[in-house]
Amino acid sequence: METSLKMDVPVQHSLLDSTNQNIISRPIDRVEGPLKVSGQARYAAEFKLPGMAHGVLVGAQIGKGSVARIDAGGVEAMAGVLGVVTDFDLFLRNSAQGMATEAPCQGVREIAYFGQPIALVVATTFEQARHAAQALEVTYEKGEGRFDFDAEQGKAQPKDSTLSSQGDIDAALAQAHGRVDGVWTTPSQTSAAMEPHASLAHWEGDSLVLYGSYQMLSTNRMQLADALGLDIEKVRIRAHYVGGGFGAKLGIAAESVAAALAAKALGRPVRVVMTRQQVFETTVRRSNTRQRVRLAADTDGRLTAVAHETLTANLDGEDFSEPVSAATKFLYGGANRTFGNEIVRMDQVLSGSMRAPGEAVGMLALEGAMDELAEKLGLDPVELRLRNLPDRHPGSDLPFSSRSLAECLTIGARDFGWPRRNRQPAATLDGEWWIGLGMAAAARSNMLIKSSARVSLQPDGRALVETDMTDIGTGTYTVLAQITAELLGLRVEDVAVHLGDTTFPPASGSGGSFGAASAGSSVYLACEKLREAIAGQLGGDVDTLVLSDGMARMGNISVPLADLDTGPLDATATIEPGETGENFVQAAFGAHFAEVGVNAHTGEVRVRRMESTFAAGRILNEKTATSQCYGGIVFGIGGALTEEMIHDTRHGAIVNRDLAEYHLPVNADVPQLKVRFLEERDHAANPLLAKGIGELGISGAGAALANAVYNACGVRVRDFPITLDKLIADLPDLP
Amino acid sequence: MQMTLAINGADHALDVDPRTSLLDVLRDHLDLTGSKKGCDHGQCGACTVLLNGRRINSCLTLAVMHEGDEIVTIEGLGTPDALSPLQAAFVAHDGYQCGYCTPGQICSATAMLAEIKAGWPSHVSDDLEGAPELSAAEISERMSGNICRCSAYPNIVDAIADVGRDRS
Amino acid sequence: MRPFDYQRAPSAQAAAELGAAAPASRFIAGGTNLLDLMKIEVERPETLIDISRLPLDTIEQTDEGGLRIGALVTNSDLAADPRVRRDYAVLSRALLAGASGQLRNKATTGGNLLQRTRCYYFYNPAMPCNKRDPGSGCAALEGENRIHAILGASAHCIATHPSDMAVAMLALDARVEVLAADGSTRTIALGDLHRLPGETPHIETTLNDGDLITAVTLPAPPGGRHIYRKVRDRASFAFALTSVAAVVELVDGRIATARLAFGGLAPKPWRDRAVEEALVGQAPSPALWQRAADMVLGEAQGHGSNDFKIPLVRRTLASVLDAACAGEK
Repeated sequence: METSLKMDVPVQHSLLDSTNQNIISRPIDRVEGPLKVSGQARYAAEFKLPGMAHGVLVGAQIGKGSVARIDAGGVEAMAGVLGVVTDFDLFLRNSAQGMATEAPCQGVREIAYFGQPIALVVATTFEQARHAAQALEVTYEKGEGRFDFDAEQGKAQPKDSTLSSQGDIDAALAQAHGRVDGVWTTPSQTSAAMEPHASLAHWEGDSLVLYGSYQMLSTNRMQLADALGLDIEKVRIRAHYVGGGFGAKLGIAAESVAAALAAKALGRPVRVVMTRQQVFETTVRRSNTRQRVRLAADTDGRLTAVAHETLTANLDGEDFSEPVSAATKFLYGGANRTFGNEIVRMDQVLSGSMRAPGEAVGMLALEGAMDELAEKLGLDPVELRLRNLPDRHPGSDLPFSSRSLAECLTIGARDFGWPRRNRQPAATLDGEWWIGLGMAAAARSNMLIKSSARVSLQPDGRALVETDMTDIGTGTYTVLAQITAELLGLRVEDVAVHLGDTTFPPASGSGGSFGAASAGSSVYLACEKLREAIAGQLGGDVDTLVLSDGMARMGNISVPLADLDTGPLDATATIEPGETGENFVQAAFGAHFAEVGVNAHTGEVRVRRMESTFAAGRILNEKTATSQCYGGIVFGIGGALTEEMIHDTRHGAIVNRDLAEYHLPVNADVPQLKVRFLEERDHAANPLLAKGIGELGISGAGAALANAVYNACGVRVRDFPITLDKLIADLPDLP
Repeated sequence: MQMTLAINGADHALDVDPRTSLLDVLRDHLDLTGSKKGCDHGQCGACTVLLNGRRINSCLTLAVMHEGDEIVTIEGLGTPDALSPLQAAFVAHDGYQCGYCTPGQICSATAMLAEIKAGWPSHVSDDLEGAPELSAAEISERMSGNICRCSAYPNIVDAIADVGRDRS
Repeated sequence: MRPFDYQRAPSAQAAAELGAAAPASRFIAGGTNLLDLMKIEVERPETLIDISRLPLDTIEQTDEGGLRIGALVTNSDLAADPRVRRDYAVLSRALLAGASGQLRNKATTGGNLLQRTRCYYFYNPAMPCNKRDPGSGCAALEGENRIHAILGASAHCIATHPSDMAVAMLALDARVEVLAADGSTRTIALGDLHRLPGETPHIETTLNDGDLITAVTLPAPPGGRHIYRKVRDRASFAFALTSVAAVVELVDGRIATARLAFGGLAPKPWRDRAVEEALVGQAPSPALWQRAADMVLGEAQGHGSNDFKIPLVRRTLASVLDAACAGEK
């Protein structure tokens, strides 16, 4: 059986609100948990194939130019070396962007950025391959590169699709009672998933099987097939467990094509795992940004103007630009509005999507500006936001599909004890620490992406879910099992979920916070179809069917699911975005409240307390959803306080290309966070009535911290991250 | 080089390149892939194993240096059907997301609780000589050598606190 | 990592002899920094001499009432030793502020002293670095140097020494026992172990080929208040932007003795005895702290992104001295 739904009209009633299994939304443990905690979950590099060889990538040691010559002779004579594999036409120069359906930029004779892979050295053992890769002699012709953003920003080119303007921003600013006009900057950042990019390639005849560490298998398959000139049917990708992605694994990266070509050339499976340094240098980064935000408000504290104009960087030929002002467009009202992004062309590693592209950095500026505006107006920051929530999209005039932002702000403020905050900066000391409170709103656009799944009822009455969806830590295995269990009346342990294999129906993949809703909706639709089939077998109307605890009941009939005719009993379903995506503003919302300490002597910042309240439609599993939000919030902590990839302006190389000097938050940087979800349903989003939450936590989190830092010590830092060197000169004297 | 390693209570005869890290022996030679390679430089903690009862980064030691030592990996702590108390607590508290840093976290936590029991102070202990507490601050500090980019930190702390309380 | 000849030393003497005889040899004990650097071929030993099983892992009382710490005592064991916690708190604190629990379990006393800089460019063989490849230049001088030295550097190298332990040991007047290949032993004041870069930043210590550190000795415990203050970019598991080790004794409201050492500022653990002498006999005051900072930082020079270290050291020193004298005024 097949079925599909295009979301052209809101779903008035979700089956999940009327079924009886009482498993949806419950905070159950991850179904794959016992495998993960015992080390039995296998990630890409952990599969073993007979004859497998080890490949290590060689990266360019210049920032711009070309490869004049690779002298492989010396290396090929080294112990264990099986070959130096390169293909100046086919090797990937850049990683693929998320959701691309074609190969990314290929061709590695030209060097577009420091560290760009140019060859793969393959040997019998990893140790041999690593040394040989380091010994490979490459001669370069150096070219002139663009490595200094400050020097290049004057040559920025507008990205037309991002430009929009209404009203007269300058006039509104001139007439304003209160205004803010400032420039915020954020640095290059990296996703730094704990599992490095890895591919294990082997050929079965003319077909490629690749164990990879990727987020979106159905498009990764298209990218890989296109890059290798293969029919898509000849490529199979498997990624059953993925050690984090956060955007860096949305598209295929260099190690995939290198492994595939080497396996072909050498006639044996080849595994390529990037070193951590290579993950920094050659996958994808979040662009640095320069953001000018202008806000104007009248005497009532109502916004009259909102402008958010941004610069981001990318390589030549790469269209992606961080949609920095994404949430600014709809979060607050104001009749006069200007938005736009310009791209600065830089010879630095690819810029692409990293967790919450847009909101993650854009909200730092917007919510920082709102904090400054509140102070100028003498208004409480929560109150300023409450006064400016628009009834409809201030630009397009579309309605919101659901928006519980006001409730998040008020409930969050109450629970946190916000009313006790001292508005005066540098007024509270705890020992040698200035204490401050700050807040910010959170908003992240909600999306639905075409996604398919097959659900089958097995002869033993258990269910099997199959889709090429991935679980990158997002809880997909678990929530798909919960949806199925809820709709088919099964225990979760009676649902098997098989993910991460392109032989299964193509899914949305994990990205953009759309994974659970998209893949979950396809599973929902398949289960809905199965319910109809079961009702048919029982000879009645599906509306009278009750499935619970493994039994199908209808009127006086009660049949174990195992007794149904399951030969076969399966349904493949597809969800597709439709007009509700165009007729509504869809976003998840929230509010962050934070308490920080700023050391009065050194300027060290420590997060002491952080509470966040979110509304994101139906929460599919409160436990995994809470964890997702923690993850986003901690990304926010890192972005606000510690994370910065430093590019050397002489050659664009990332100087702090390891986890010792790129400072991800460690356990001690994170207090015991609190997350609360408000009850909400979003009927325009999907049949689950759920919205995405994977990126909601990061949105605004850093701004709440920056605002708290100001409240603590009276120093506004608009240049992220807020490291102590940016505070120390302006710290107030101790009383 | 010919050598024998005692891992999870069993002896393994090996012939390894002296350059091979303990981590790579576990993962590539013995198929004990529970120990993870996140950075290969001792900067993430995903490779943490127990060496004679103490937690170490298995990426930063050579296998050939460990003949005669007792090595315990995540596979030796428990199995899906018989989880150790910490493994079970990580599941119950959702002390992970992608799962990649998780074996290292659990090995680290296993030894860390023993360190607290032995009275070792930490950077955040007020009193160097007193018995350390099992506070969130102490757990966080002591677990800071295990980076979790999914940021399950609050849950990791809760999981460890739960097990630590039961033991003390 | 380049291939090497792996040798397990049967005795300290044999290790020293092997170290002198084998060209380009390195001793390996904990290996936490050496293997880190061998993987990226910054360290390229041809012979690796495993000293990890030598019986140099005990902490003993000396006749003078001090401690003799075997070179193979791990950072964990040293930090947790009851005598160190009680009598040399600054050392315990410094150790606990360094690295991670896992690394401290492996890192040894001798190895910690000999760990190499965390300079970004030293760690990237594609970059010029006089320390790694003499004569190639210093990429940090005109490059990114937020974590680099403001004292003791040269036009050839501005890298810092990353140890916390050594800073505390320096404040404690530690001495380093060395066994030479010819069987002779000598002790070196810790302050004389490391060299400033000058024109030869690749020569980091005063040790000769084959010299094996066998122990570090601490004199009898200094009285007074012990403080180790480390300032870093995250709350844990990060190298020091700056650190101050202080042992200060106050008698009748005046400073009787003061020992101060600094980390994160210079190519070696930094101690300035003139500052200590200037403090002795004085009553604690903010003005005194500023005079002390002026003396410490008299020759300080920023290189751009590390300019902030100058005010940071000034402020950190003042807060440490304040804390050291608090409650005893």
